[in-house]
Amino acid sequence: MERLQLSLRYLRRNTSLAIGLGILIFLVLFTVTGYMIIDPKVDPYPLAGPGSSPPTLNYCPRSDPECENTEPKAYIFGTDAQGRDLYGVAVAGTWMTVQIGLMAGIIGLGVGAFLGFTSAFYGGWYDLIVRWAVDVMLTVPGLLLLVVIASSMGEQRITVTGMGVIIAAISWRGPARVIRSQVLSMREQSYVMMARLNGMGGMGIIFREMMPNLLPYLGASLVGAVTAAIFASMGLAALGLGPLREPTLGVTIYWVINQSAFLRGLWWWGAVPIGIVALIFVMLFLISIGLDEVANPRVRRAE
Amino acid sequence: MSRDVVLDINDLDVQYYTDAGIVYANNKINLKLRAGERLGLVGESGSGKSTLALAILGMIKPPGGIAGGEILLSGRDITKLTEEETRQVRGREISMIPQGAMNSLNPVMRVNDQIIDSMIDHELGLSKADMLQMAGDALEAVELDRSVGHMYPHELSGGMKQRACIAIAISMKPKVIIADEPTSALDVVTQRQVMQTIRHIQEEMGAAVILIGHDMGLMAQFVDRLAVMYAGQMAEIAPKEGAFRTPMHPYTQMLIDSLPRLGAKGVFHGIPGITPLLRDLPPGCVFNPRCPQAFGPCQETVPQFLEHRPNQWVACHLYESEPARS
Amino acid sequence: MRYSWSFVLRRFGLMLLIIWSGATLNFFIPKMTPRNPLREKLLQEASRSGYIPPGFEEMVQAYESKFGLDRPLWAQYISYMQDMLRGDLGFSISNYPKTVWELILEGLPWTVGLLLTTTLIAFVIGSLLGALMAWPKASNLFRYILPSLLIFGAIPAYVIALTLIYFVAFRWKLLPIGGGYGIGMFPGFNIGFITDVLVHSLLPALALVLAGAGGWAIGMRGMLVTIQGEDYMTFGEAKGLKNWRLFYRYAVRNALLPQVTGLALALSFIVSGSVLVELVMGYPGIGTLLARSINQLDYFMIYGIVFVIITGIAITMFIMDMIYPFLDPRISYESS
Repeated sequence: MERLQLSLRYLRRNTSLAIGLGILIFLVLFTVTGYMIIDPKVDPYPLAGPGSSPPTLNYCPRSDPECENTEPKAYIFGTDAQGRDLYGVAVAGTWMTVQIGLMAGIIGLGVGAFLGFTSAFYGGWYDLIVRWAVDVMLTVPGLLLLVVIASSMGEQRITVTGMGVIIAAISWRGPARVIRSQVLSMREQSYVMMARLNGMGGMGIIFREMMPNLLPYLGASLVGAVTAAIFASMGLAALGLGPLREPTLGVTIYWVINQSAFLRGLWWWGAVPIGIVALIFVMLFLISIGLDEVANPRVRRAE
Repeated sequence: MSRDVVLDINDLDVQYYTDAGIVYANNKINLKLRAGERLGLVGESGSGKSTLALAILGMIKPPGGIAGGEILLSGRDITKLTEEETRQVRGREISMIPQGAMNSLNPVMRVNDQIIDSMIDHELGLSKADMLQMAGDALEAVELDRSVGHMYPHELSGGMKQRACIAIAISMKPKVIIADEPTSALDVVTQRQVMQTIRHIQEEMGAAVILIGHDMGLMAQFVDRLAVMYAGQMAEIAPKEGAFRTPMHPYTQMLIDSLPRLGAKGVFHGIPGITPLLRDLPPGCVFNPRCPQAFGPCQETVPQFLEHRPNQWVACHLYESEPARS
Repeated sequence: MRYSWSFVLRRFGLMLLIIWSGATLNFFIPKMTPRNPLREKLLQEASRSGYIPPGFEEMVQAYESKFGLDRPLWAQYISYMQDMLRGDLGFSISNYPKTVWELILEGLPWTVGLLLTTTLIAFVIGSLLGALMAWPKASNLFRYILPSLLIFGAIPAYVIALTLIYFVAFRWKLLPIGGGYGIGMFPGFNIGFITDVLVHSLLPALALVLAGAGGWAIGMRGMLVTIQGEDYMTFGEAKGLKNWRLFYRYAVRNALLPQVTGLALALSFIVSGSVLVELVMGYPGIGTLLARSINQLDYFMIYGIVFVIITGIAITMFIMDMIYPFLDPRISYESS
């Protein structure tokens, strides 16, 4: 209980983290309640309803224009030109986009942290190769690399999981570099040398002494990796390399561009995904600033 | 030789307002500095000496502020000046020699430029050539070659950097120089050279120096008078001989006692206890919890800072019975 | 002499390494998929009924002989690298007989122009604002109001571009919706055309600057906070320096090197962002070209564009590396 109180009090001072987490909670609630309302197999896909602007209430489904027996549906966010229920898209799309981000982010963090850790810790040729690889890979624009990979799949359809895995190919770069430089500086610190003198073995030092100090960096790297992954997934989708059948937020924007939604006046088609995407990025941004304050007390404002 | 009082500090209070309470960094500080005089300011960490230096320079920043008292520079109260006026005083009439010269020079500017940029900002009305000439003179005065002016700080050794800082501090011939532990980052040999340089310049220019530090040996060699601070208050100010031979305040006595002496073997004396937190001061005399000579009034009333012996000021109840000089 | 040959060579070597890696990845990644999409596409195009441009069949044959399935991988790789070294990026499959190079060169000036200007503007404005946000003596406008605008930095540039298109171009009809210049205008060095180009580039530039400045501001703000704790800032103030001098010559000047280093590292992201903005706004640069190529699965174009971009970034980074000693006198490439 005490810990909770302390955390809440800290959140009051760290406004960025507080707002960021607030948005996160809002999005989680939105998605969870959304999934209870919509039919995930039908609503976010074409022909779930007639094209209409929000908020439409008492509209009859296309399958039954007379709608005497069926309940008229309300399309809170309206529908797009192909009949997708945009509320359904919002709910399902958010979760799918976040899925991709988390998958790529976590895989990337795992691989990157492992590489960074081991290369800094053991050094030698291994370190040289890893360092070279990371430097080169960081210079090459991730998006372009992904374009090469994704387009090479040819006519194959890409799935949501597929996207996650493909993007993981680049999301390991950032964490690898950050973790490596951190471990490098930590390795020379006194407490590690003390542990060595005391006879602690390599693994022991890694887990008992260094890990706790790395946690803030791992956290920040995760947020960064997820942000980059979502960014990349949206970029790929906008170029037409996303899972075109699925209603991810990026793919929805692709259709918005492709079908000239704005020029046809269908502003809500674009507003829904753009709004949610903006919210997601702002949330990730605020959380990363907030974590930065936790890790680097000097950035805190003087009271 | 008649010496005017160039810096007159009366009842200065400096406080910091923090979440955890008010920190009384300086309490009723009284100090008179004469022209050409060398005053040593000693005290443990947290005694408030650096705060006093900042206050004199007008560099106390929020959440801190001067809560009372005055600092008279040749009669003018500099605590009441505007931002701009305070800035004019800094560097020109009162200057500072910093502690860590390693980092006190701007890494991306040449030494000459760093000497003259404050001259430019003080609008002395000199031509660039004149200012460069003065910069060169300042470098020579600290026994550096004029060519050092063209170098960048990273090209200089530790001792040279410190001398460059001194050159900057004296370039406009200020009346008061505050040297905040100028040699603590240096080795003993360089230390001696730098102190000699400071002494030499100071005598030539007739400037007054406040030397802040905690190396009593250094103090003994350099200063005319010694001021001892404890927990934000001035404990004693005495001429050098008086301070070292006949210290009045128990704190000063224990400080002097704790100095190791050549040839003396046996137990070293420290001062038992720890300094109080500046926001949580004990009632009465701040030193009373650790004072071996504490008695009745020490826990109740704060002793006044009075001249209980000729030219020796002390804040201690032990001397209240002696008639104080006004 | 601030440079030593060993360092310059090493940096140059790194640049070559990056270019080589780009080319190699371009070669191997498609080969790692179970099917061979490029070959499939070529054969598909060649056997299409309808108009086949003259020379297309020969081109496909030439490709088969170099990269066909019967040739060992290492031999294919060598042929590939030979082509690359000669600058032969192949022909565009969809726009045969135009070569990849030709098409890229058409779009390059637009992209480079947009990129260069927006990057510089975003960097300068962002850094300056970021520095002001961290400076205690700056007016409250900078310290409290502007930080809320930092949010823009979090959102991808092309999303901002989309929003701008809707409001500024569609709703309020202030600026054109897209394209590099108006329909019916002929390219030429006259005032009319140039103004038209500038007007059309305003919206993409605005999106890129809004998105970019935020990132620089945050970085600079962090740097300034750290720098203000440095001893030379305290000493500078004790010398009685004026506020603006402390700000520019002491604080900002020292923050510059890490910021510029950050710029070099961020190049790849900037390019990615710019590509997408071009796509969204139909700006006739490399971005739109890439999107079209993906759409048509014009593999030669795709790989060619990716390679050219990677090369461009590598060269820019090398140039920036060479500039560093001028920014910070502590950096000398003499001994490393």
